[in-house]
Order: sequence, then structure tokens, then C-alpha cells
Amino acid sequence: MAGLEDLYREIILDHYRNPRNRGELEVPPAFQAVGFNPLCGDEVVVYVEVSDGVITDVSTGGQGCSISQSSASMMSTAVKGRKVSEVRRLVRAFKHMMSIHGTGIGGTGDDLDDDGDSGDGHGEVKLGDLEALRGVVKFPVRIKCATLGWNTLVQALDETFA
Amino acid sequence: MSGGDRLGPRTKAHFPLLRRQVHGRPIVYLDSAASSQKPRSVLDAMNSYYETINANVHRGAYEIAAQATEAMEAARAGVARFVNAPSADEIVFAKNVTEVINLVARSWGGANLGPGDAVVITEMEHHANIVPWHIMAAEKGFELRWIGVGADGRLDLSNLERLLDGAKLLGVTAMSNVLGTLNPIRRLADAAHDAGALVLVDAAQYVPHLPTDVQSLGADFLGFTGHKMCGPTGIGVLWARAELLEAMPPFLGGGEMILDVRKDGFLPNHIPHKFEAGTPPIAEIVGLGAAVEYLEGLGMDRVREHEVSLTAYALRTLEERYGSELAVHGPSEPACRGGVLSMSFQDIHPHDLSQVLDDRGVCVRAGHHCAKPLMRHLGVPATTRASLYVYNDTSDVDALADALDVAGEFFAR
Repeated sequence: MAGLEDLYREIILDHYRNPRNRGELEVPPAFQAVGFNPLCGDEVVVYVEVSDGVITDVSTGGQGCSISQSSASMMSTAVKGRKVSEVRRLVRAFKHMMSIHGTGIGGTGDDLDDDGDSGDGHGEVKLGDLEALRGVVKFPVRIKCATLGWNTLVQALDETFA
Repeated sequence: MSGGDRLGPRTKAHFPLLRRQVHGRPIVYLDSAASSQKPRSVLDAMNSYYETINANVHRGAYEIAAQATEAMEAARAGVARFVNAPSADEIVFAKNVTEVINLVARSWGGANLGPGDAVVITEMEHHANIVPWHIMAAEKGFELRWIGVGADGRLDLSNLERLLDGAKLLGVTAMSNVLGTLNPIRRLADAAHDAGALVLVDAAQYVPHLPTDVQSLGADFLGFTGHKMCGPTGIGVLWARAELLEAMPPFLGGGEMILDVRKDGFLPNHIPHKFEAGTPPIAEIVGLGAAVEYLEGLGMDRVREHEVSLTAYALRTLEERYGSELAVHGPSEPACRGGVLSMSFQDIHPHDLSQVLDDRGVCVRAGHHCAKPLMRHLGVPATTRASLYVYNDTSDVDALADALDVAGEFFAR
């Protein structure tokens, strides 16, 4: 049985209590998207500003449980300043980790490195602090909380390039 | 009466599931407002149906088909008796209250509502009594009006007459699934009838918990569902006055709901079959019949007494142990409410709180409880809801409070 400590890792609670990149960005130049988790009412707002294929700024808002809000906060620190192509690969790697059938991360025969323009020269996707969210998979009803901010980021990027 | 126990300790033994453990602890089931557990007698009745008389109902000339039909119609009669319906023909089986309200909105609403008309609902309705009216309003062009909720979790009836002026229907929950508020149905029905409007009562949270008399409530349509009253999922009930049902067009078309079908049209069946297209959920109907008998055996007056007493114990316990750290939304007087306790505890998000409670074997519900307009009124994104039923006792309330202690400590790290 998975214990609560697997879910509520210290770094997650820290991001929940002290969310990074919290707030709004001016639209435009930024693009905004809102994601809802209809099961529990969680809401995440993501603003992204992209310049020359790089996410120059990102900001999040909304309300919800510790998992949804901390995951959005961790997402913001993980994507800020990075190329959109890298970020899309990171999103796939994160969502793979968040899938019940997800195994290891980092180019073990899955579809993580199918982006022609990844630019970093190899298929490894480093999740770093995001690994702390791995325990969420043991609590399947919370997976949607953890992926909400990431799906909303993708929406905002899709808006940007629409 | 001492500590709030009347039925709980004795009835718990009737429910097989309540013997199991969760995460190595005895289960503490406090989510009956979402779905109740089922007593052995209901499970046995459904099994026995499948093992001895399973056959499609109506029209079968053979013995077991006749027995299946008899069992189904006996359940209908039992349900009619349970809510004091004047006739079993006024009991229409549907999937759940959601389907019941969609049936009324689409059939009665489709035939009777149009531009210039109004339907009045309340801010404390479940989405099931909101969205069907949104859908029909968009289609038919009538106005949707709202009775607000006051600060004490009761309906604000100060402008009731104005809201009902020109309305054709009032839709209202008999008991809020979030606040536990018992609404003054008779008074509302009288006001609606004076204004020329019919009354639809969402009794999903009411029929399982209080003695129900559809005639004295003054309703025109009333819906409830089996799985919240010790019965199975997949079976709900619409009670409506016979003359309304007679006049309404069919809802779903198909087998069973017709008297005749020709190439140029069809002749609908008599009520209630006119609204029961297709093979019904026979085992579930039999199970609902057994659930009604189970509750009658306990006595609905005693069920209500037990829940008032246990709700009082819960409110007192939570107040004593947590004071201002814990808010229970809705009326504070147990006699004015049901055993639905929607809580906000410290600044712990309901989703996180329910996760820790689950770790202690305590089953509660976190979220907006399908009542987003009410959540907006309360100014909270979600609540943690514990709800009581016949099998709960003071030990369940104490286990909830102990688990709240654990949650408080966990998130204070």
C-alpha cells in the first residue's frame, strides 16, 4: 500500500506553500489558457510568452489541491527559458511518468525522442525535481491533478502557435 | 438517548461491505449522500431473482416470465406505498434522478415551455436539476430564474412571489446534497401553485432519510434514486400525478412503451409503461423493492430520529474539538437539516484532506458535489463532505474526528 509520504513529498508541499512564477502576464504578448479538473473543481491558469521558439516567461494562477498547484508551480520552473521543442518533449516525458503504465524515463524505446529538432543532441529528458511527483501514480485519482498544469501549458502553447 | 446512537450499531451488521478493512483499518463509510451501502437482504433479493426467475418481463407466457413480471410490479407497488403515492401507475422507473429530471424537462417541458415562459430553480440545486433546464431553455427560449441562498444556508424566499410570477415550473431540491438544508417544500409548492406553476422536487437526498408523503408535500413531480436508499445503482423513480403523466408525450421511444406501431405512427402505452421504453433493469427494480422493505422494517421515523441525533452528535463533536478551525456549511440546527456535513477544515484543500482521511479508512467526498453555482455562492472551490446514514454511529463520527487530527498534524509539518 502506498503511504501518504509517497504522495506528499516535501518539495511538493514547498511548491504548494510557496508557488513559483505565480501571477498573470499581459495578454498579448503572452498567451493564456485555463484548465479545469471537472472531478474536483481544480483550476489552473497558465500564461506563456514565447519569443524565437523559446519560452521567455511563464506564469500560473488558479486554485486547487496541493498536487495540482504544486505541479503547476514545478512545471513553470521547469519550462521557463527553455525551447518550446524541448518543453514539448518534457511534457511528454512527464505525462509518461504520470501514466499508470509509465516505466522508466529517458529513451528506453518509447516515443520520447521522436522530435527531429530536439536540439539537445540526445534522447534523454531530465525530470529533475519533477521526479518528486512520481509517487502520484500510486494514487490514480490524483494523476489528473498532477497533469492539469501540464495539459494547460500545452493548450497555451497551442494557442501561441495557432 | 445518550450519545447519538439509535440504529447504527445494530444495523451495521446488516451491511456486508461494512465488515471490510481499508488500508488495514476498519472501513468508516461516510459517503452515503453519494451512494449508500446495501444490506444483505437487497443483495439476496437480486441474486435470488437471477437464480430463480430471471426472464424478460411482460408478454412472456411462461411461468418464470410471469414471476419476473410479478416481482417487478410488486416492487413498483412497494415503492408507491413507501412514498404514499395514490397509485402504483404513478411510479415510473428510470435510471436515476438525472434521467428523471431530463424526462420531465424534455417531455413535459418540451410540450409546455416556450418563449415568454419561466422555470424557477434554486442556487442550491444539484447539476441534475440545472443542466436539463439550461439545455431546454436554449432550445425553447424560456427564462431560467434563480432562488438564491441566504447566509444561513437556507433559501432566500424574500422575493419568491416575484420570481414565481409567470413561471410554469418550480424545480427545487427537498434536501441539499451539500448543505443538508431541508427546504420548505409544502410552502414552496403552495406558492408555486398559487402562481399557476407546477412543482418538481429533487428528493434524491430526502426519500432515503425522511418519511415521505408525496401527497402532503404538494409536489407534482418527484424524483429519487435507489442507490442512495440501500438499493442498487441504475434504478431511479419518477413519481408524478397521473393526469400529468397521461398528458405528457413519451420520452424515449421503443419497445414496451407502445400499444401499437404502424408504418405511419404509433400509439403510446398506458402509464407508467409509456415512459419505460426497452427492457427495464429488472433485478435492480427487485433490489429497490427489497430496499424499501428494509427501510420500512427499520421505520422511517426512526431513521430520521437516528440521523438527527447522530448529526447533533457530529456537530457537537466537531465544534468541541476544532472550534473555528472547522466550518460546517449549512444550517446549524439538526432538526432543520439532514446528516450531510460539508466541511472546510483549516486551510487544507478538500482533495488533500480526503486523501489523508482515506489513509485512515475514512470515506468522505471532496469536491464541488455537482453544485458549482452553490460553491460559488459559498465562496469555496470545494468542500469535504461527510454524510450519515442508518448504519453509522458515534464511533464513525469519532473516527472522522481522529482522522481530522491526523490531517491537521500532517499538513502542519
